[in-house]
Amino acid sequence: MTDHINTESEEIARSLQHLEGPLLPVLHSIQDRFGYIPSESVAVVAGVLNLSRAEVHGVISFYHDFRQQPCGRRVVSICRAEACQAVGGAALAEHARHSLGIDFEETSTDRSVSLRSVYCLGLCACGPALCIDDQLHGRVSCAAFDALMSE
Amino acid sequence: MTALPADVEMIRNGSRGLYWLEPLLEVETDSGRLGFGPVTSADVPSIFTADGFDEQHQKCVGPVDELPWLANQQRFTMARCGIIEPLSLDQYRHHGGFAGLANARSMSPRQIVDCVTDSGLRGRGGAAFPTGIKWRTVLESAGDTKYVVCNADEGDSGTFADRMLMECDPFVVIEGMLIGALAVGASRGYIYCRSEYPQAIDTLNQAIALAARAGYLQDFELEVRRAAGSYICGEETAMLESLEGNRGMVRYRPPLPAVEGLFGKPTLVNNVVSLAAVPEILAQGGASYKALGCARSRGTLTLQLAGNIRRGGLIEIPFGASLRTILTDFGGGTRSGRPIKAVQAGGPLGAYIPPEQFDTALDYEAFQAIGAMLGHGGLVVFDDTADLGQMARFAMHFCAEESCGKCTPCRIGAVRAVEVIDRIHENQDARGNRILLKDLCQTMIDGSLCALGGMAPAPVLSIMEHFPEEL
Repeated sequence: MTDHINTESEEIARSLQHLEGPLLPVLHSIQDRFGYIPSESVAVVAGVLNLSRAEVHGVISFYHDFRQQPCGRRVVSICRAEACQAVGGAALAEHARHSLGIDFEETSTDRSVSLRSVYCLGLCACGPALCIDDQLHGRVSCAAFDALMSE
Repeated sequence: MTALPADVEMIRNGSRGLYWLEPLLEVETDSGRLGFGPVTSADVPSIFTADGFDEQHQKCVGPVDELPWLANQQRFTMARCGIIEPLSLDQYRHHGGFAGLANARSMSPRQIVDCVTDSGLRGRGGAAFPTGIKWRTVLESAGDTKYVVCNADEGDSGTFADRMLMECDPFVVIEGMLIGALAVGASRGYIYCRSEYPQAIDTLNQAIALAARAGYLQDFELEVRRAAGSYICGEETAMLESLEGNRGMVRYRPPLPAVEGLFGKPTLVNNVVSLAAVPEILAQGGASYKALGCARSRGTLTLQLAGNIRRGGLIEIPFGASLRTILTDFGGGTRSGRPIKAVQAGGPLGAYIPPEQFDTALDYEAFQAIGAMLGHGGLVVFDDTADLGQMARFAMHFCAEESCGKCTPCRIGAVRAVEVIDRIHENQDARGNRILLKDLCQTMIDGSLCALGGMAPAPVLSIMEHFPEEL
């Protein structure tokens, strides 16, 4: 397992090394591949890009998008920002926590779903909004949430 | 899936910004486009009949252009949104696209900059800095390489104009960047787009590939960079750090990014809406844009009406109308039908405006005069059930979450502010803690390095002033 993470991380880093400021594209690409950024990748990326492991770790830990643990098969990101709060976003967030049985920034024990907070999906005139993986949904009532989750 | 009659050609165009009427289905007729909305898939079979479509259908709203909500707008920057197929170069050109670039190519860099200066355009990302002055600074800065960076990290709640442009008229963003590159002598460009906008990133990438194939990007390398969920990276210097592959830590200024920006090179940083306004300014000349608007706010404002509002969406009008006009005539009051309690303008760092101030003109300076911020024109409406004391707490909580941590007033101040607000809500020495909170806010305003710490107090102070019973 570690071997193939090392090999693939190195391939990804080398393929994007020519970019100016390649670290974010490399990390995105590794996360797209593995679903998170495995700890083994840090040293590999640091080696290819001639950075220290601390620098790579510092960038990973700064950005909300980068995960250091595997996430669920589905990632549900619910908007917690003002425009959605103005139309019942808080109630939807509560409902999601209860019905999924996990808190925000957590993954269910069977790894079927992760719940994330997101601050604005740009659907502010059609709130409350959420995103399941890369699919956006607007005007999500609690009932609509249940229907989406049972799909 | 419902099968459409065989002779119907279906086109997926962008949004007109009529979010309250979407999904909106439009049928081309000899007398313009006839609208049906909001439609569900169940409506489709009854809209289309054997010999055409049913004009008497209950979802028919008549000719879309004649809807007062659209007819009362003046679309300048967003003119093509919802009209054309976003990725059709032919349609883009047919609707006036690349006319501005053609003019720019026949002008000297100085003349392009002068045209932008003459238009009176100010940065639409929120800071409202005169665009022409920024362009001149980059033009006059020496550098073997210069960059144009489009700030598409539209992180503020209540804003979606950038997203609409990128998804519905992506070539206008590219054309604006090309004109900027000609003006300042830049050879490379980046669009830094937030990861929360996967469709915008996808559309931009396709648009860049099409523009390159059509020969528009021969002297200019353009790339979309996906951000990584950090709000502070909408601040221009943090964004540059992020593009360089670093933590999004705000830089000290000076040097300005226009002088030493990306990788230390002179860099033109503009927001999506600002860049998208440029092609039409170059096409029509600066004077026609400047003729719109009021006082020092010239041209059009792309308002984003959001939150608890009956008819929310994208409204582009010249500066100068009153906030009340927008909320009432366009918005039609709250979605819940209850009275409006407050409007937060300009994003999470903007003040909450009470109904007594709704006659304020939409003008940068008029908003500043009442202690508010027009910013990028995002308006989030709250009805009378909103707990503004909690919204004040949220503002500081959000600042604490998203602070880059470089300066102390923001990093520590926001955390302490949440604690002080909690004490006020728990009625622990409320009077003393209110004084403390105001003092803390002042420290953040005076001492923070960037707008996050410097303006996070604005929503809190506005709630304390206008809604003293809530905080």
